Amino acid sequence: MSVIRADRPIRPTRPALRGTDIASKVVVNGVLGLMALYTLIPLWWLFVSSTKASGYLYTGTPLWFSHFDLVTNIKDVFSFEDGIFSTWLANSALYSLAGATVGTLLSAMAGYALSKFSFRGRESVFNVILASVLIPAPMFALPLFLLMAKLDITNSYWSVLLPSCVSPFGVYLCRIFAAASMPDELLEAARLDGAGEQRTFFRIALPLMSPALVTVFLFQFVGIWNNYLLPSLMLNTPSLQPVTVGLVQWRSEFANGVPPLLPITGAFLSLIPLLVAFVSLQRFWRKGLTAGSVK
Amino acid sequence: MSSPSSIRTASPPRPVPAVTRRLSPAGRPRRTGRRSALTASGFLAPFAVLFLTMMVAPIGYAIYQSFFTVHRAGLFGGAASTEFTGLSNYADAFSDHDFMASIVRVVLLGCVQVPVMLGLALLLALLLDSRSARLRKTYRLTFFLPYALPGAIAAVMWSFLLVKDLSPFTGPLSHIGITTDFLSPSWVPVSIGNMITWGWTGYNMLIIYSALQTIPAEVTEAAALDGCTGWRLAWAVKIPLVRPALVLTTVFSIIGTAQMYTEPAVLVGARIPGVDPKFTPIMNTTLGMDVGGQNLAAAESVVLALITLVLSFGFLKFNQRKGAME
Repeated sequence: MSVIRADRPIRPTRPALRGTDIASKVVVNGVLGLMALYTLIPLWWLFVSSTKASGYLYTGTPLWFSHFDLVTNIKDVFSFEDGIFSTWLANSALYSLAGATVGTLLSAMAGYALSKFSFRGRESVFNVILASVLIPAPMFALPLFLLMAKLDITNSYWSVLLPSCVSPFGVYLCRIFAAASMPDELLEAARLDGAGEQRTFFRIALPLMSPALVTVFLFQFVGIWNNYLLPSLMLNTPSLQPVTVGLVQWRSEFANGVPPLLPITGAFLSLIPLLVAFVSLQRFWRKGLTAGSVK
Repeated sequence: MSSPSSIRTASPPRPVPAVTRRLSPAGRPRRTGRRSALTASGFLAPFAVLFLTMMVAPIGYAIYQSFFTVHRAGLFGGAASTEFTGLSNYADAFSDHDFMASIVRVVLLGCVQVPVMLGLALLLALLLDSRSARLRKTYRLTFFLPYALPGAIAAVMWSFLLVKDLSPFTGPLSHIGITTDFLSPSWVPVSIGNMITWGWTGYNMLIIYSALQTIPAEVTEAAALDGCTGWRLAWAVKIPLVRPALVLTTVFSIIGTAQMYTEPAVLVGARIPGVDPKFTPIMNTTLGMDVGGQNLAAAESVVLALITLVLSFGFLKFNQRKGAME
């Protein structure tokens, strides 16, 4: 990975501490700590609440355990309405995995084409894609719904899957990465050795781009997993819905007898897979974010 | 990939200012001619097809629809006829009191929420970047955590957290004499602003923080030698250098505000009496589609997209011009 390795400047060594340094340390870390509390208290509440036995949600301290009954709550979530919750999770996984995989591959191909081939109109094509990054997907959701309703393909897996496969930001990221990390000479050499265009792409270009592809995949995956507007517009049938739409449905049926612990425990459970992916892959996040911001 | 640490220290490929870049074809050895163009279009085609059908075509269809009106003969359907009515749907959109009110409401909310959120993000990024900060990685990860939580699920969570009898906040607040119902009509905009701030501050902070990290050490060292430290260093040196990141986060936040939907929609679904079912423009438009006013909904979508474009591109241009004058 020597191509992309540009060393970050090393910070100067710290001089000895003075009185003002201690004061600033207290202030700086105090503010950071307060913000951490603001971020974590709601998540902590969610966790604590999902462990409370039904009927005890409103009693006791909101931020501490009482009548621990997490297992029953989990069982309730998975058995309610014939286990629709697992279907929702599976749908979310299907939409996110399939959409992010296809989206990443298409972005890689397009980014490769836009950086490694010269043809007329290349910059215009790229500018149109770039412009659409400034109007992200939810803005397209309403017109898309109108069109799909006209074509009668709403309320199907495809109505959510197909739009999820388009990632203009992915194309942008793949193009700058392909331009920076893939020497033209290497591709020329592959072609001279008799590799066809497809082979050159899949055997040489794709592996070289893999660090960028992980980032594109991750952003795409989370984007689809977190999406609410598109699936809530497109899908009516509960068995097609992802977990976001399902849980909001449960929350809204609160008045019709869905116990409040169901959406609470469900929300907590649906967090776990994403938190795991998030913590273990966090270094790729920063790469994606910085690629979008540094100029 | 040699080791995880090599990835962490690697700076990302620098995006060339792509909009203005023109590569001279002779600049590099490259395949030229018909075959090259053909191969390139082969690689582009799958993305292009989906991009055109899923993003470009819907917008074209919405614009087309916005110029027509469906007339129904009877009350219950009957024979419907579609007629070209020019800009009348747009006139209706602008005279639709609820729609205009929702735009004003969201613009006002954004005018407060976006500066608060970005100010907080900038403050946190500067604090994390200062040499007094401890536990940098832990804080960075913590602040970014809400981004991994779907907005809808976060809204479900907050819809319980803010209920009077359930909230861990109302108790302590009433001890110091503040008794409020966060879900009452006057507080709902604040509560929604809080949900968005909670969810996105860390994301914006990370963009700004990453930009701060690319400031060469020599620059801050030189400033420090001249006696410029602490807040003055942040204000006079660091903030101007991360302006591109601030512009980017502002544009993303403007776009995010314009498409506000999830949080208020969840509150409406949860039957919180304080939220108007027509709180945001997108909520208005989706409601309109259910009733059958698809043409008006199309016109409203176009209006909304145009307003967003004007605001976000306008902000970009304004900053470019300002940057050029300095």
